[in-house]
Amino acid sequence: MRLEPIDKPSLARSLLPPVIALGATVAIASFLAMLAGANPFSVFGLILNGAFGSKFAILETLNRATPLIFTGLAVAVAFRAKFWNIGAEAQLYAGALLTVLLGTGLLPWPSIAILPTLALFSILAGAILLLVPALLKTRFGVDEVVTTLLFNFIFLLFVSMLLEGPLKDPMGMGWPKSARLLPEARLPRLVDGLRLHWGFGLAIFSAISVWVVQSRMTLGYEMRAVGLNRQAAAFAGIPVNLVLVKTALLSGGLAALAGFSEVAGLKGSLTLDLSPGFGYTGIIVAMLALLHPLGVIFAALFVAGIFVGADSMSRAADVPTYLADIMLATALLLMVLAIMLTRFRIVRN
Amino acid sequence: MSKSSVEALCLNAITKCFGELTANDAVSFSINKGEVLALLGENGAGKTTLMNVLFGQYTADSGTVSVFGQTLPPGNSRAALDAGVGMVHQHFTLADNLTVQENITLGTRPLSSLRLNYSKARSRILALSKEFHLVVSPDSRVGSLSVGERQRVEILKALYRDVKILILDEPTAVLTPQETNDLFATLRLATSSGLSIIFISHKLHEVMAIADRVCVLRHGKKIGEEWIKNTDKHSLAKMMMGTEAKSPQILPSEPGTVLLELKNIVTPNVGSVPGLKSVQLALRSGQIIGLAGVSGNGQASLADVVGGLSKPVTGELWVNGAAVENWSPRDAVDSGIARIPEDRHTTGSISDFDITENSILERYNTELFSQNGWLDWQSSRAFANRVIEKYDVRCPGVDTPIRLLSGGNMQKLILGRALECNPTIILANQPVRGLDVGAVNYVHSQLLSARDRGAAILLISEDLDEVMSLSDVIYVISNGRLSPKFNRGKMTPAQLGVWMGGQGFDEEITHAP
Amino acid sequence: MEVLEIFFTASFWAAVIRISTPLIFATLGELICERAGVLNLGIEGIMVAGAFAGWMAVYSGTGLWVGVCVAMFVGMLFGFLHSILTVPFGLSQHVVGLGVTLLATSSTYYAYRLALPEVTSPPKIDAFQPYDIPILSEIPFIGPALFSQTPFTYLAFGLVLVTSVVLYRTPLGLAVRAAGENPAAVAAQGLSVTKIRMGAVIIGSGFMAMGGAFLTMSAFDSFFFEMVNGRGWICIALVVFGSWRPGKALLGAVLFAAFDALQIRVQQTSFGSQMPYQVFLMMPYLLSILALIVMSRRAEVPAALMVPFNKGER
Repeated sequence: MRLEPIDKPSLARSLLPPVIALGATVAIASFLAMLAGANPFSVFGLILNGAFGSKFAILETLNRATPLIFTGLAVAVAFRAKFWNIGAEAQLYAGALLTVLLGTGLLPWPSIAILPTLALFSILAGAILLLVPALLKTRFGVDEVVTTLLFNFIFLLFVSMLLEGPLKDPMGMGWPKSARLLPEARLPRLVDGLRLHWGFGLAIFSAISVWVVQSRMTLGYEMRAVGLNRQAAAFAGIPVNLVLVKTALLSGGLAALAGFSEVAGLKGSLTLDLSPGFGYTGIIVAMLALLHPLGVIFAALFVAGIFVGADSMSRAADVPTYLADIMLATALLLMVLAIMLTRFRIVRN
Repeated sequence: MSKSSVEALCLNAITKCFGELTANDAVSFSINKGEVLALLGENGAGKTTLMNVLFGQYTADSGTVSVFGQTLPPGNSRAALDAGVGMVHQHFTLADNLTVQENITLGTRPLSSLRLNYSKARSRILALSKEFHLVVSPDSRVGSLSVGERQRVEILKALYRDVKILILDEPTAVLTPQETNDLFATLRLATSSGLSIIFISHKLHEVMAIADRVCVLRHGKKIGEEWIKNTDKHSLAKMMMGTEAKSPQILPSEPGTVLLELKNIVTPNVGSVPGLKSVQLALRSGQIIGLAGVSGNGQASLADVVGGLSKPVTGELWVNGAAVENWSPRDAVDSGIARIPEDRHTTGSISDFDITENSILERYNTELFSQNGWLDWQSSRAFANRVIEKYDVRCPGVDTPIRLLSGGNMQKLILGRALECNPTIILANQPVRGLDVGAVNYVHSQLLSARDRGAAILLISEDLDEVMSLSDVIYVISNGRLSPKFNRGKMTPAQLGVWMGGQGFDEEITHAP
Repeated sequence: MEVLEIFFTASFWAAVIRISTPLIFATLGELICERAGVLNLGIEGIMVAGAFAGWMAVYSGTGLWVGVCVAMFVGMLFGFLHSILTVPFGLSQHVVGLGVTLLATSSTYYAYRLALPEVTSPPKIDAFQPYDIPILSEIPFIGPALFSQTPFTYLAFGLVLVTSVVLYRTPLGLAVRAAGENPAAVAAQGLSVTKIRMGAVIIGSGFMAMGGAFLTMSAFDSFFFEMVNGRGWICIALVVFGSWRPGKALLGAVLFAAFDALQIRVQQTSFGSQMPYQVFLMMPYLLSILALIVMSRRAEVPAALMVPFNKGER
């Protein structure tokens, strides 16, 4: 068997494989639902309903999508440059940590001053955190996959240490939880009365900004060049290591904004369960979006919908919520295969 | 030379297409036991494709291959190997981190077997090595061997498997003239013991020297087949190219001012690539300076220094009359140096970028194409359009991904991208490698025009013929050292070959005052 | 007990060997994949799947060794999934690996929830018991330390030897190594790169799953979430630390386990009880990063690691 590139794929060629991939995902999930003793149609109905079936559901989905847009962007930016940032989880917590450090009383400023400050310092925290694996790669050639992964474990333990120690909420009845943010340090709602905060707006804005950078700015051009062919980029004079560092800073900063958004927009304080794996889910979002910044928005909405819907479905249909994770992992693997099949033809030898 | 009339191999009407390109068009030939058949043709004629079909790497669209009367199953390298067909590819298939013996014995015993038979294999390798004059040490790591030694390992691989038909794809491209003679001696020993050899080449004098018969290919078709004793270089050239090859006219030149100078440059060795050892070189305007040498002797180090990719450890680099302080690819480009890299695919272009994006690769951050970090796509596309029109780049448009271009068109784009900025110094590293005749002539004529306009051109090439025909002055590089300067027409290939093999340097050392 | 005294107890070293066992299996498995040229980031998920599969088999009534085989088989299934996507189709090994980890982990948790819906505390099984090797286990100090382990541990050490012999002294091992150095060389000698690479990934994944099974069938005797807890990722670092050699990888795993065993005990010393426990938990991960930095200079990476092979590519 051999793979031959297709010069001009037909429309059917471009659309059919992803559709089949999604179809196969649904089929596999249906089978698994039946194993749990549930009717697959009702399961999917419950998921859809739980995700988009009511105003409450839609808002819940949008809220869940917000951190995923940020981490999805973080991963997409990094993966485009072939910098494998698996540490978005730690960077998210770094952003959350800075938000809580500065926003619980240290800076008694009005909203208009403190919110941008918190965002800025969050970005810096995430950027600096990712800078370490980035420099380890450029200086020592250490593979960033393992270092960013291990950082996730290390940083979460660090946060846990702080939450049980210096950052512990004195009024928290002993739980490892930070103090609450000042009211001024909370992100306001997008629309009065709706449970959707400005983090969502910031996320959309970030996605558009990343898109503009990638398609119209020299930095975006450099990142794409380095990601596609590092050797040719170096030969042409592009400062490869500097570009990797800039990519890492951007990626880390975006992931950190997820933490800022969750704490300042949604939760109001920092606990260890702030993120149910948003950093890792961001990888799925980025891949489903084919690393395109605007695609990340839609992919995040899709993934958030699946999770929110599955939560609600699980309560009703007694099917474990892990069905959502299985669906996403299957969708990821099949999508990557499908994308390849839109560009290559299989030739029998 | 024992030749029998036993037919060893027969290719019958082999046709192979890649999309719209017909690489082989109903090609047939046969070879007898103990014969050397040369497969002659320019790059792109279809020689390598044909041999890959024979060897089972590709499957023909139609036609058959039979070895000693037995038809081979198509697309099956294993069957070809078992039938006695062996191939030494142009790009060696060796694992650098494994030893010579490991490379040779790989795949020779069934995978389910539990023993390697180490000592038996070793003595067999040593015996073959002695019989065919292919000196190698079985325990050496392949990565540490020279190019000539690696080729010996490749040939031993085939001999170890009792090859009956040995295919050699452009074997002399990487050898000095002396090593070529050694190779021919080995081949003659092989044929005298009954081996048949298919010798792929585009070099007429070698074909005349080693082959019994020659089969000429052009644009995928077989043009003709001759006994060597019945033909000559001119007839073969005519068959190969279609018309009398017109070499570009080379006017004599007056060397001008020194535009770039290397003074006592030393660079460190990087792995198996030798660094420069106290190199003195001056590039003058209006001159083509040719650098001859077997690959792996420091050409890459020199190209990196001139091209801005490395800074010398000691010594001085003078550009446009001043010593350089900071040196990077951008500094080189800003100083007026145009670089045509060795490998247009890995270093010269980014395959998934389109033509516009590739055109601005070296200068995207200058005011030509961007401002304050924002790219000016309009100027970029205008530039790309100018280049493809002026330099005859055949493509659907500037938005085409560059990987859809043929090798020749890609090289023309890279050439045009460099020349369009009016460089005063041009570094051309293997500029016509793998290109067809038309593209080769185009690139050469462009270089000559640039020279006539006053540019200084450093031409690095493994093809001694190319270096000798184009250069005004020639240096030979061996192990990071430069030979003395040789003017056009003053040296024969054999004389240059002495320097390429390193002997000239040693003699010079013994005669040093 | 003070810090230095810890090193002189046989029980410490026995714990070291025990803790190193899952690491040995998984590192060996990853080493085989990478030697053939494939990075297998599914290791973490495969260990989870193996842990559950082996335990579940025993919980359902099969014998312990059958459980080990079930675990290995499950690992091989995920290995097949990984390799069919990455080898013949040449998809990104990073993405597929992470996808496999997620799929293996989530399907394991799903299966667990389906199999045991009402449990609050994880049920236990009759795990492997230590087997004292006659004569050897009576040597003072070394005996109780090395030769009173469970048979599962002895298997791990045995596999290191077998892998080493196969890799360096058989035609198959040579083919695997060549596939990771230059697949073109393998194809030119008439061998199938696809089959060799896929085979290596499948076997390696089987080993990884056995490493996970050790956790539920020997170290602890029940399955719980977050059981593997990053050990898979650590093994990726250990492969680098061991320069892709089975013997050195074994040493790396033991060294790492020693630090891990040490930090548990140091926590109980007077010195250690003053520090937050998280500092100790961080140590294994920090050490792995350190190991990577130390080894990064001397790169003996298989030359074709992560380079897909497309036969007949022009």
